[in-house]
Amino acid sequence: MREVAIVAFGQSDHRRDTAETSEVEMLMPVLHQALDAVGLRAGEIDFTCSGSCDYLAGRAFSFTMALDGVGAWPPISESHVEMDGAWALYEAWTRLLTGEAETALVYSYGKSSPGDLREVLTRQLDPYYVAPLWPDSVSLAALQAQALLDAEVTRDRGGPGDIVADERALAGVAARSRTAAEGNPHAQLAGSPPPETLLDEPYLVRPLRRHDCPPVGDGAAAVVLAAGDTARRLCRRPAWIRGMDHRTEAHSLGVRDLTRSPSSRLAAERAGAFEAPVDLAELHAPFTSQELILRRELRLGADVRVNPSGGALAANPMMAAGLIRLGEAAAAIHRGAADRALAHATSGPCLQQNLVAVLEGEAS
Amino acid sequence: MTPAPSPEVLQAPLVVEFPFTRSLGPVQSAFLTGLREHTVLGVRTTDGRVLVPPVEYDPVTADELADLVEVAPTGTVTTWAWNPSPRRGQPLGTPFAWVLVRLDGADTALLHALDAPGPDAVRTGMRVRIRWAAEREGAITDIACFEPYDGAEGGEAVPHRGAFTDPVSGIVAPARLDYTYAPGRAQSRYLRALADHTTYGERCPSCRKVYVPPRGACPTCGVATEEQVEVGPRGTVTTFCIVNIKARNLDIEVPYVYAHIALDGADLALHARIGGIPYDEVRMGLRVEPVWSEDGRYPDHYRPTGEPDADYDTYKEML
Ligand SMILES: [Zn+2]
Repeated sequence: MREVAIVAFGQSDHRRDTAETSEVEMLMPVLHQALDAVGLRAGEIDFTCSGSCDYLAGRAFSFTMALDGVGAWPPISESHVEMDGAWALYEAWTRLLTGEAETALVYSYGKSSPGDLREVLTRQLDPYYVAPLWPDSVSLAALQAQALLDAEVTRDRGGPGDIVADERALAGVAARSRTAAEGNPHAQLAGSPPPETLLDEPYLVRPLRRHDCPPVGDGAAAVVLAAGDTARRLCRRPAWIRGMDHRTEAHSLGVRDLTRSPSSRLAAERAGAFEAPVDLAELHAPFTSQELILRRELRLGADVRVNPSGGALAANPMMAAGLIRLGEAAAAIHRGAADRALAHATSGPCLQQNLVAVLEGEAS
Repeated sequence: MTPAPSPEVLQAPLVVEFPFTRSLGPVQSAFLTGLREHTVLGVRTTDGRVLVPPVEYDPVTADELADLVEVAPTGTVTTWAWNPSPRRGQPLGTPFAWVLVRLDGADTALLHALDAPGPDAVRTGMRVRIRWAAEREGAITDIACFEPYDGAEGGEAVPHRGAFTDPVSGIVAPARLDYTYAPGRAQSRYLRALADHTTYGERCPSCRKVYVPPRGACPTCGVATEEQVEVGPRGTVTTFCIVNIKARNLDIEVPYVYAHIALDGADLALHARIGGIPYDEVRMGLRVEPVWSEDGRYPDHYRPTGEPDADYDTYKEML
């Protein structure tokens, strides 16, 4: 099998509102950041794949405007997914594996500021039984969090694979993530009071408080992939993709056990995540309760550094936050801060779809 | 070269509304028609589970499902979330709990709202029953919400033929999303200048082409464009078509001509309507100038200048 690596990563500063720039204007510096890191120009890339969502922009085929940013004339080999860029990366990875391309540019972006994100996201729900009720994204996450809190009251604590999930544990995730984000210049939120203080805050949608939820914001990310010796030529320490898989679960929340994420477990298994321990994990867990669920499913012990970037609780630009997890994990390998990392992306309500990648750097 | 100013960015409300019209399969039709008739139907899987709300394919085995059963309008909350500030379109206008409810006789849960006085009155495991909407039409909203209930438990699911008179075969799901559209730096500058009857393009620093309207990037080079260049106001028709279909909400007599116009100094043609000349006299190479809209913020159309036609060689690159 051909070897494929992430060789460059760029991201915007994620902000609540970027009305002063259009999508392509926000994206362009990020594309150049990633391309400049490996000394490539847009025209030298074999395959380009992007992720975005028309519902965020409120305009049909909005992604075509962003194509100006990658020099789509004369014609290039290009594809788009109406999803997080992590899935665009998956498509680009398979394209490189087939040998059809030597390099790929993957980018994604989302501006949540023009609309009301909690309402916009209701349009991804089952249109017959659920969407007509307009249940917003925070409320659905709160249903999952409550299920987790209820389950932990009755479960024996401290056993292998078990998690302690109470409101204090959720606040702990929030405080740890946002404190970690103080070292991330791109984060939208950084810094946090201690968990005990967070618990004094009122509920947003009980059992979730504001600190349990991701910030709403705008942002973009870009990644360059390369195969084999090209990757070695472009990057001092490529982040080799050892495996990647994505799985989905039933759309109906009422048929799922919301305290578990079997699709994450299966994707991780198929990606080879359990074949050797990882030293770092970038998890796309927009809500604190989801990190607890993912840690269990992905079998991440206390010795694994989880989301040193701050994760989605520090910046959650829709359609880019998953790709950023892959980029952050790869960047840690590039700079020698990790040897074997797990990256995870999610999409849909309550961890409906999940993608897991395993990245490794060679011993230098 | 004019260093570009950074004018205040333009913004405007943008409303997207769409009445999604969807047809129903046999299972969904029976379920939604049942709600209209105060009857809750589920579907039995090949391994004996009862799914409510029912689906046409088993989420575990992918078997096709059609074995309808009736379940009770009473059930148990499996998880909940207290929503202190209801939003547009949600089932209740006063604070309520979102709940997943496993109806008696069912093995899966239905999402809906629970009318309760406050979060302390809600817990997982509490017993609830359906409160029906006063007017029902065959939609999930025929269930107005759930309400607390301390009566008897419903029994097992019982077979049901799913046959109703006048079954619903589709739903119309209206949707409305409100946005604030902001066109960004390049287009804001373009639109502001246009209100002063000035047309700006942007020159690519790499290939030197001038794009109008500018979007902040050169689609050939994939680099940002910054340098503003005044173009027009006059231009040349590069190609055109004759429109014979009257557009809704457009007060223009047909036939009329829609054309690509290469403004003087631009390297990309923009498109606009041609007026002031019979439609069958418009031609490639025709020299035109803008006629401003009544409020003067944009060209309403272009009309002939009276100059001699442009040479083909001057605009052939822009066809
Ligand atoms: Zn150019």
